[in-house]
Amino acid sequence: MITRRLLMLFGMLSLTCAVAAADKAGNWVSLPGDVFRSALELPDVPDGNNIPPFELERTPVTNGEFLEFVRAHPRWRRDRVPAVLAESRYLSHWTGPAALGLTALPEQPVTWVSWFAAEAYCRAKNARLPTWNEWEYAAAADAVRRDARSDPAWRETILAWYSRPSTQPLPAVGADQANAYGLRDLHGLVWEWVEDYSALLVSADNREQGAADSLKYCGAAALSMSDRDNYAVLMRVAMLSSLEGAGATANLGFRCARSP
Amino acid sequence: MMRPACIAACLAIAAVCAQPGTTYAVEAALPDDSVYQLDAMLVDQFARPLRFRDLRGKPRLVTMIYTQCKYVCPMIVDSVQAVERGLTPAERLRIGFVLISMDPKRDTPAALQAVMTTRRLNPAAWTLLRPEETGLRGIAGILGVRYRALADGEFNHTTELVLLDADGRILARSAQIGGGVDRGLLAAVRAVLAP
Repeated sequence: MITRRLLMLFGMLSLTCAVAAADKAGNWVSLPGDVFRSALELPDVPDGNNIPPFELERTPVTNGEFLEFVRAHPRWRRDRVPAVLAESRYLSHWTGPAALGLTALPEQPVTWVSWFAAEAYCRAKNARLPTWNEWEYAAAADAVRRDARSDPAWRETILAWYSRPSTQPLPAVGADQANAYGLRDLHGLVWEWVEDYSALLVSADNREQGAADSLKYCGAAALSMSDRDNYAVLMRVAMLSSLEGAGATANLGFRCARSP
Repeated sequence: MMRPACIAACLAIAAVCAQPGTTYAVEAALPDDSVYQLDAMLVDQFARPLRFRDLRGKPRLVTMIYTQCKYVCPMIVDSVQAVERGLTPAERLRIGFVLISMDPKRDTPAALQAVMTTRRLNPAAWTLLRPEETGLRGIAGILGVRYRALADGEFNHTTELVLLDADGRILARSAQIGGGVDRGLLAAVRAVLAP
């Protein structure tokens, strides 16, 4: 009797696990990789970066997913995280250290997360944050083309989002139209951490670049934009380059990547 | 009057904690603002693995370099050595100098050992470290160093000499390279080493 119940329980558990695994597998999108030219001017790779195949989460990490992580890893609760790893506003939009409340719905993208916290989350999932190159490559696609960056109409659409006031509550993840790879919300929802956020040695004001920066950045010039019309990328890079790893903002979230 | 009693109490506690087979946490909790809150693994120039937080215990002057660097990094080591030269022999016994590689692919313990030799660094005071690749960006982040690996193997990077107290709190930093010792930094180092 007991054995049978146990077996049933195990059966149910394994079923639950299988469903969870399927959900998780469904959230990863494979990208083939390519030689990709950044909108940033990278003098060391004039012909573009070789991006090996990788996988990216279909949507940004949600409040609900991050809550699960925080519950499993209490070190990352906002009342326990060391100040060097997350600033005081970390998860400040949640009702409690391990509760979301009405101001942070489970399906909304998580924001107010530091780089260290985002990195720890992805690591706990046996994944990592995407590199800037990977993110920019994935985000160059529109609904049908893998590289729509030269299309003025598409640029306008993206820029329209940046000019929208950010006082409205964030929509749920996944509502956006999928891009050519099947990824959603790369534009129009939140900004996203990348693994090498501190590799973007670019001045917040592009005009400031010159001798002073070259010195500050140790014998090599700071990056500049080779594609000056790509304001959306410039804004992302300027924002990321202004952040410290413990920093968090109301519009900055993340998604994880992994190498196959 | 209080002092002998206090010392006795401390010794008693230490004796209890030091009993073999016990697993009491002897070390006090790390301060909230200690860089050693970061979990990261490294190996030193003798290929000994250690955790980042194992550096706790004495003030340290920390910076990041890569050994293949031809131009700036030798000047960074110069800057740290300028601080070392500015100290008395007694002060030198109480501080550690730490060079952390931003190029773990090529900076093997042997490569780090070669720097020890060519730069005549005193192994009692200097620690050269190779972080695990996955922890590198975090270490740089917590020290405030920004870097980008270039296609030719060089690095674009900012320079920070970071002074940590014994518990890993950042007391001072300097971005000055070349041109002799940073007097402000040297003063901060001497202040933390003052008995």
